[in-house]
Amino acid sequence: MHHFMLANLLTEPVGVAHYMAVGAVLFVCGVLCMALKRNALGVLMGIELVLNGANLNFIAFGSRFLRGEGQGLGLDGPLMALFVIVLAAAEAAVALAIVLNFYNNYDSVDIDRADQLQG
Amino acid sequence: MGDGIYWPTFFFLLFSALACGFALAVVFSRNVVRMAFYLVMSLASTAGLFFLAGEDFVGAMQLMIYVGGTLVLLIFGVMLTSQKQFVEMKTPAGQWIVGLVTGCALVALLWMAAFETPQWQPISRAEAEAVAVQPTATPIGVALTNGRVDQLDQPDETLRGGMSSYLLPFEIVSVHLLVVLIGAAYLARAKRRSPSAAAPG
Amino acid sequence: MAEFLANYLPAWLAYMVAGAIHVGLIINLVAVGALVFIWLERKISGRIQDRLGPTRVGGKFGWLQTLADGLKLLTKEDLVPGGADKMLFRIAPYVSFCASIAAFLAIPFAGGDYPFIVQHVNTGVFFVLAVLGLEVFGVILAGYASASKWSLFGAMREAAQVVSYEVPLGLCAVVPVMLAGSLDLVVIGDVQQGWFTNWLIFHDPATFLIFWVYFTCATASVNRAPFDLAEAESELVAGFHTEYSGLRWSFFFMAEYGSMFSVSLLASILFLGGWNGPLPITEWLGLTAANGDIAWYIGQVLGVINVIGKAVAGVCVMMWIRWTLPRLRIDQVMATCLKYCTPLAAAFFLGAVAWQWSLPGRTFFGLLESPAELQSVSEGWSDATAAATDEDEPEASEDQTVSSEPSRKVAAAKLTGAAALQIASTNLQGGK
Repeated sequence: MHHFMLANLLTEPVGVAHYMAVGAVLFVCGVLCMALKRNALGVLMGIELVLNGANLNFIAFGSRFLRGEGQGLGLDGPLMALFVIVLAAAEAAVALAIVLNFYNNYDSVDIDRADQLQG
Repeated sequence: MGDGIYWPTFFFLLFSALACGFALAVVFSRNVVRMAFYLVMSLASTAGLFFLAGEDFVGAMQLMIYVGGTLVLLIFGVMLTSQKQFVEMKTPAGQWIVGLVTGCALVALLWMAAFETPQWQPISRAEAEAVAVQPTATPIGVALTNGRVDQLDQPDETLRGGMSSYLLPFEIVSVHLLVVLIGAAYLARAKRRSPSAAAPG
Repeated sequence: MAEFLANYLPAWLAYMVAGAIHVGLIINLVAVGALVFIWLERKISGRIQDRLGPTRVGGKFGWLQTLADGLKLLTKEDLVPGGADKMLFRIAPYVSFCASIAAFLAIPFAGGDYPFIVQHVNTGVFFVLAVLGLEVFGVILAGYASASKWSLFGAMREAAQVVSYEVPLGLCAVVPVMLAGSLDLVVIGDVQQGWFTNWLIFHDPATFLIFWVYFTCATASVNRAPFDLAEAESELVAGFHTEYSGLRWSFFFMAEYGSMFSVSLLASILFLGGWNGPLPITEWLGLTAANGDIAWYIGQVLGVINVIGKAVAGVCVMMWIRWTLPRLRIDQVMATCLKYCTPLAAAFFLGAVAWQWSLPGRTFFGLLESPAELQSVSEGWSDATAAATDEDEPEASEDQTVSSEPSRKVAAAKLTGAAALQIASTNLQGGK
């Protein structure tokens, strides 16, 4: 099953699976970042990585170069990716505004200090 | 030129190694500004992967909005909120171990899923070389406004007539962006700091 | 080029050699360009201030002054401040320089069926603008990593300024894209063939005015005076490069001159006819592909001289502005962008749309019939006018222009173009 992973690595095209493998690494890195960083901006960077992993999958599904002519999702892939990029920009703007407010109130960007609502 | 090096694969390996390597560096770096720098490199390499998949427009968009816009914003945030010279925050070792074990398990699972699915396996070299290069901006522009170039043989008459286009999501995203713009400006507007925050600590 | 080399070399080597030649040419263009521009800047500033500028080194006009400076910079010690983040401090100049060079990847120097360009990207305008925006990273990293207040202030100013000025810059660049019906820089340059009356700057009053907005924003986005707040000597010592010395400092300078050159190149392709001279001399002399390869090649080289000449003229104007106008304050810089440039660009964009919509197929302020290359775009506009208007018509005809390139798979591209037109027309009729 895994024969194509290493054999003919340089002479054969890659497929959707390879893009998904890269996307998976980005995704998991992002999740780890979100879980392990205590800096609010580090968490934001984790979110960006997660979104990029997802984007890579969308692009791979839509690409004719990976699935062959006429196969694949067609335009849905790049369009979804575009929406993700735009929404990520919006999300970053709002999140940054929240982080700045948090910093104004607590003098820190350590998310562990955001425990006011904890009962 | 039958079985020489297939250059797209070579560049795929290069860009994917860069993207994954810098993503790992983001996780393992403790300095926020270095994290931001690694993230920039990782996202730029991802844009390279987009170009490689034939999506020039999305790749350029990624460079412009993500790397040029969003991340500059992030670094701006880092600068506005840093107190010590180079911000570092430590994570306890126990969390690291749990996180890494879970992460590795998740990667293994996703990789198995990806490589076990027959539809997602590579096509042959001849097929890949037969794929024609097409302009990428036009189909996307047309699909955003009124129709899908790739859905011309859609059997359903209604769908073919433009319902399958992305006009509505496009409008929603536009309005959403406007709302976000106003909201972010409102949240981040200058105001007096509350007296409780001024306490030493 | 790789295909040509593949006749003599093994395929893998041919690709590498072709790539190396392209990259070598670009790096030379940026580095040698910087040498020339720095000399030019000294001469121009000297003349403006009623001095002579450099006169000693290397003959009468001081030609070799920059080279001597370069040697001096090479021999200087490469200092890193004690409190600095050493890795980022070392890497920052290269980030700036790489971004500045990468923009040249998608800039054509001559058009036609086989354009002189490193990588023919079909979203060229967008790509160049995107990559130019990345240069700010090097500056921010440098400012932060230097561990100096001056540098940090310079970097913050630069970040705010560049991100804001990308908005009006993009709006201005969209106008030629709309008129030519393509994001491809080669196509945009080629539709301005013939007399200077076909240049897009003279297309209508709105494009004439928006060119000046573009030039202002371009000056600001590459941090030239009067917008060089990031390195304001009177307030911030030297801004983000206060702590830099020797070769790393000169990398920042090469990046600055490189991006000045690339925004000027972009201006000359988008508005000033690109590789087409004011008079159609190459056609009069028969230097076209129809008269054999050598004639075609000479014509292309003339085109390269044309486009580089216009870009250098643009750079000279930027220098003239730098040594004439006083520096703005940072709030004035932001106000110029958000209060003046952005609304003006938006208004002129609407003006250009309205002009093109009411007078399709005309150029030179509506006085002349536009050339055949622009007619196909205008047809879309008149169709749109007939069918109660739709925005994507000019985009639809992009594919037809693009599909005339032999290097692309013509049939497939035509299919896309035809399909897009078909969808557009059925929907328009359905919509009525």
